[in-house]
Amino acid sequence: MFSSGSGNTVIKSKLISRRMFILSVSKAIVVVGVLGRLISLQINESKKYKTLSDKNRFREWKLAPERGIIKDYFNTEIASNKQVYQIHLIPENTQSIEEVFFRLKTILNISDNKIFLLKKKISKQKPWDPIIISDNLNWSEFSRVNLFLHELQGVEPIVSVARVYKDNSSAHVLGYVSQVSAKDLKNKDYLKNMSVPGIAVGKTGLERRLDEEIIGKVGFQRYEVNAYGKRIKQIQVDQGQAGKDFTTTLDLEVQKYTTELLKDNAASVCVMDIYNGDIISLVSSPSYDPNAFVHGIESGYWKSLISNDKKPLTNKAVSGLYPPGSTIKTIVALSALENKITRPLNTVTCKGKIELFGEKFHCWKKKGHGVMNMRSAIKRSCDVYFYEISRKLGVDRISETAKKFGLGKRVLNNFIEERSGVVPSTSWKKKYIGQNWYLGETLHSGIGQGYFQSTPIQLCLMTAQIANGGFEIKPRIIFDKDKNNLKEYLKFKNENPGQPLPADLLIANFDLKPLFRNQENIKIVKDAMFSSTNEPGGTSYGSRLEDKRFTFAGKTGSSQIKRFTEEQREAEVKQESLDYKSRDHALFIAYAPVSDPKYAISVVVEHGGSGSKAAAPIAKKVIKKVLERHDLRQSINFQGEEV
Amino acid sequence: MFQPRSIQSSLSFRDKLLSIDYILVISILILGIVSMFAMYSTDGGEFKYHTKSHILRFSVFFVMFFVLSFIQIRFWHSSSYLMYFIFFMLLLGVKYFGLTSSGSQRWLNFYFMNLQPSELMKIGLILFLAKYYHRISIENINKIKYLFIPIVALVAPVLLVIMQPDLGTSLLIAAGGIIVAWLAGVKAKFFTYATLIFITLLPIAISFLKPYQKARILTFLNPEKDPLGAGYQIIQSKIAIGSGGLFGKGFLNGSQSYLDYLPEKHTDFIFTLFTEEFGFFGSIFILLLYGIIIYRIIKIGNITRSNFGKLYCYSFATAFFVYVIVNMSMVLGLLPIVGSPLPIMSYGGSSMMAIMLGLGIAMSCKIYKDIPVN
Repeated sequence: MFSSGSGNTVIKSKLISRRMFILSVSKAIVVVGVLGRLISLQINESKKYKTLSDKNRFREWKLAPERGIIKDYFNTEIASNKQVYQIHLIPENTQSIEEVFFRLKTILNISDNKIFLLKKKISKQKPWDPIIISDNLNWSEFSRVNLFLHELQGVEPIVSVARVYKDNSSAHVLGYVSQVSAKDLKNKDYLKNMSVPGIAVGKTGLERRLDEEIIGKVGFQRYEVNAYGKRIKQIQVDQGQAGKDFTTTLDLEVQKYTTELLKDNAASVCVMDIYNGDIISLVSSPSYDPNAFVHGIESGYWKSLISNDKKPLTNKAVSGLYPPGSTIKTIVALSALENKITRPLNTVTCKGKIELFGEKFHCWKKKGHGVMNMRSAIKRSCDVYFYEISRKLGVDRISETAKKFGLGKRVLNNFIEERSGVVPSTSWKKKYIGQNWYLGETLHSGIGQGYFQSTPIQLCLMTAQIANGGFEIKPRIIFDKDKNNLKEYLKFKNENPGQPLPADLLIANFDLKPLFRNQENIKIVKDAMFSSTNEPGGTSYGSRLEDKRFTFAGKTGSSQIKRFTEEQREAEVKQESLDYKSRDHALFIAYAPVSDPKYAISVVVEHGGSGSKAAAPIAKKVIKKVLERHDLRQSINFQGEEV
Repeated sequence: MFQPRSIQSSLSFRDKLLSIDYILVISILILGIVSMFAMYSTDGGEFKYHTKSHILRFSVFFVMFFVLSFIQIRFWHSSSYLMYFIFFMLLLGVKYFGLTSSGSQRWLNFYFMNLQPSELMKIGLILFLAKYYHRISIENINKIKYLFIPIVALVAPVLLVIMQPDLGTSLLIAAGGIIVAWLAGVKAKFFTYATLIFITLLPIAISFLKPYQKARILTFLNPEKDPLGAGYQIIQSKIAIGSGGLFGKGFLNGSQSYLDYLPEKHTDFIFTLFTEEFGFFGSIFILLLYGIIIYRIIKIGNITRSNFGKLYCYSFATAFFVYVIVNMSMVLGLLPIVGSPLPIMSYGGSSMMAIMLGLGIAMSCKIYKDIPVN
């Protein structure tokens, strides 16, 4: 290195420093960029990223709540919960879903079709959401799965609770629960946040009606999970809330007894407290096993239910529609008295038939009943007498009285499957059929045929409101302590034994609306019903109960399925000789006991032939059973209170 | 040139000790300690393999750094070419005898450690070019003839590293070389030409890239497109950094890292882990430490008499800056994930060794700042 070299070095050094300066400036710019990014991430957007971090960190598993219990009036559980053994699968935790299914297939005997459906479901949900492989295993299956658990990664044996119904007697009233369907989720708002595997919702009956309250509140377990979905620790648990328990007004004993009584008949029975509207019994027959629906019904059983002519799935007591037949005569008679069309002792002569504009109207008794007044016409159910007075009365006045007493509208609140029936009138026909009313149709309506359609529970309510002296009651199936006016009633009863209830007490204490103009008219109808059951010649005399405690008053009815031809009428064909589907429906309404009415009943036996032969004997037994249990029922009502 | 031998001989051990840049040493030490805590956190708050190994490496190489500092600057100058040659031979060795792990062949097994020669080459190339530009006269710098050797010296190792394949390291090696050339005064037009040639060759280069490397670049352009696939790392890293907020989640409480959402948390994403737990202030603290280290090295460059020392210190400081910034930009989602460790903080022996070697040479420039180099 020479002197020029030294100068060279200095120049070079300056060049290097200059270049370094340029580099330093660009470094500063880059640092500002990185700092800006840090500020934006850690200060400006920190909240967003904290949320994202928590979303990573926490995962929730929902817990299905326990369904509330439904009890009868005596606190016996009629719909309760039982422990069930289930197998859940968390797809995320498996190494190979195919392998798990292959193993499970051999252990549990699952069908290929079910596996196909499960896989389809898995593909639709989040990989960490458990899917139920089998929701009701027996102990041996469950323990077999536990034995092989080490080979079944992702499979979790779970002990859960599910609905159980003790017996089939109340299947229709209670309804049943089943797995929630897509339609349920769409239609029911309260299910929005309840999509928990294994949750069951009420599909029919009370289970459906009370679903929102009885289903409970979904709980959750919040876990911290790592990147592989493994639960690290539990952060929070909310057990949720079991559904509300409900006490009904039903009497399980009576339910069972009645169901046994009806056996395989297509029939229904409704029993009601005539003062507070408590439904003691509501049975529809034939029954079915509601437990079969809880874990998904087997197709064989489902097909047998669907194909059964007697329609076991229908709650006939609230949604079976029948012409009321002669049971309507109580209302027609009352209407005639209230409208002063006739007086009780005015007579009509029955010769077996009458003619009106060339059309023949037959009495059920071919030979005729002879001279009839109101009492004897109801007692012997003379059709001609009622043709005559309904002709004078007109259909619109019959309709008005019938509606007042509860026909033509739903009786229970929010019972989805209940139907309202038809109470025909001139305006009704105009509106729904678009034709004018014919007088002949009035005559048919007067004996409860023609357009008339009513449900057994409506007939029961009608009877109850006649029996209690003509006051409106609001039937209920859920026990409500606050609205239990029976207390007042019983207080009076206990202080004044044997005394009839004065109307003013009824009105004052019950907030009841009188349905009559003159209560004497009600008494006349009640007395006629008494004669029908308890005097020789009455249509239900054969089913009477002579013990004073149980004596009841009733009215039979048969609703025609097919009109008799002239030939059949001439040949006096018996109902029993017709084929099942052509026989009349048998109806019977009654209240009991006569001396101090407490309960009303309606019995309908589909294709039973006649009310007196098929329906009244059933009513007789049920009435006895209900009255026998009356004291017990009362004692419940006064638990811990002075009588 | 003025009092050559006398100063060198007059330097006693005490003088040498006194002339050490203690601010730099302390900054490195603090950073090392911080990195130990970070490593302890990656082990899930337990004193496990990564922590132990990291502490051992830092201690060994920190001592090495100290020892190297006392080696004459002249030694570094005279052995620069040799060192480059040795590192290059090691790189060649990797090609034939290297260990393969997760699809790339980067390491040589030396029994006591697996050496990654590409890391050492980062320093080797800077040394080589610093010496080269120190030696040629200023008139020749921009002559085409004199550009030939630097280009070969740069391209050869870069190609070897790309073939491993290790895109990140090869780019960082190239960056080091380019920085030296720039500081030495190579005209801007040559860089422009190089860029143009690079761009024309880019499509060909891309066709040689492995699918995962292509995916990483595409992912960088749009990470949210495939959040569970290739974009996962960037997204999770951003979540971790962002959720740290101002003050962080607290030591050992970084949920993103300890629940394994954060990938490569020991190595490339160590900064993410740290800043998730210590927040924005933690980030600033780390940035400040790096800033001090880089600033002190530049300051050594300023006071060093020899152009070799200047070139080396400036280049090393700038390269160090690039390493830090590339790593941070990567975890912040500003650059594609190319795999580049954060100096000193990241887990990895070779990287630590290379950085300590580089720092040692810089410190040697400080101790022997007045010694001219020929």
